[in-house]
Amino acid sequence: MTETMEIAQERHVLVVFPHPDDEAFGVSGTIAVHTERKTPVTYACLTLGEMGRNLGNPPFATRESLPDIRKAELQKAAEAIGIQDLRMMGLRDKTIEFEDDRKMMNLVTDLINELNPSLIITFYPGYSVHPDHEATARAVIRAVRTMEADKRPKLHCVAFANNTLEEIGPADIRYDIRHVYDKKMAAMKAHISQTIWMLKELESGVAAEGSELHDRFNYEHFWTYTFGEKDKVSEIQKS
Amino acid sequence: MEPILPEKVQELINKFAGEEVYLHLETTNGAYASHFNEKFFSAGAYIRNAKITYEHGKIVGDGPYRIGLKLAIGWVYAEGLTHYGFDEEGHLLMAGHDFDGKLAVALEMGKTPFK
Repeated sequence: MTETMEIAQERHVLVVFPHPDDEAFGVSGTIAVHTERKTPVTYACLTLGEMGRNLGNPPFATRESLPDIRKAELQKAAEAIGIQDLRMMGLRDKTIEFEDDRKMMNLVTDLINELNPSLIITFYPGYSVHPDHEATARAVIRAVRTMEADKRPKLHCVAFANNTLEEIGPADIRYDIRHVYDKKMAAMKAHISQTIWMLKELESGVAAEGSELHDRFNYEHFWTYTFGEKDKVSEIQKS
Repeated sequence: MEPILPEKVQELINKFAGEEVYLHLETTNGAYASHFNEKFFSAGAYIRNAKITYEHGKIVGDGPYRIGLKLAIGWVYAEGLTHYGFDEEGHLLMAGHDFDGKLAVALEMGKTPFK
């Protein structure tokens, strides 16, 4: 396993994910470290997770009430980890890959031009399982790829597909986030409609030292995205 | 949402018959089904704000329930429905929640478009 490393000081961190709670699972500890240092962090959350399936039985929400619930959860989670610039981008859950690819790339380019981030955190294209994750990752990669190489922000990507290790190897970045565990836990709890099952597991003692779940709450992992040979994101097809 | 009372839901279905309604129909096993179980064949579909008029509709079964709406030249069908209720705009919401509390199917309709 990769040794843990210090989190570098950034100018501005831009986080781009499609669903409320995507930020909580994998990266909320890292975000909390940046915000504690007063580094500006912008979180562009593309949808409100309108099509989420966790509605309870007996139901606590309906297909129609879920967006408002998740919006409130997102705001609470952002507050828990100190994000002051939360942007809800107004797209719809499960539709990102069907949007116009150029529009999606431009959405990211506009954010980069406005914020001049030194680091972007998003999913790793090809290894992030959910079609919305993949489409988000492609939009970010394409936007950064159009920039001059020396102007590009760093890209730290989250990968969790079952074939990740075998195809792109282990994460090159591993942060120890135990000192901000409480903030990460608060972000997880803020998304209670989505995380209640996992939190129950955590409390039931399944998350013993050394287990995958324990690791997830104490360390965060990223794969640095590089252009050139390893870049597999296609060019946008001309229509 | 409340557990479906078939007589009550039948009444509501009758009310909308012959009128133009906006429909949301969805079935899903979740975007992660094949991730957690690679042998699982993931499938799903949804249509939102389809404008339809049905001649009549029926709710059938002992729970979970099935609903069929007969159109002039076609059908709308959903199975696995367990709960019903209304949103703030008075849309009739029907859904099937599985044993783990996850939505498996939804059939919703009303006189105004869904957001």
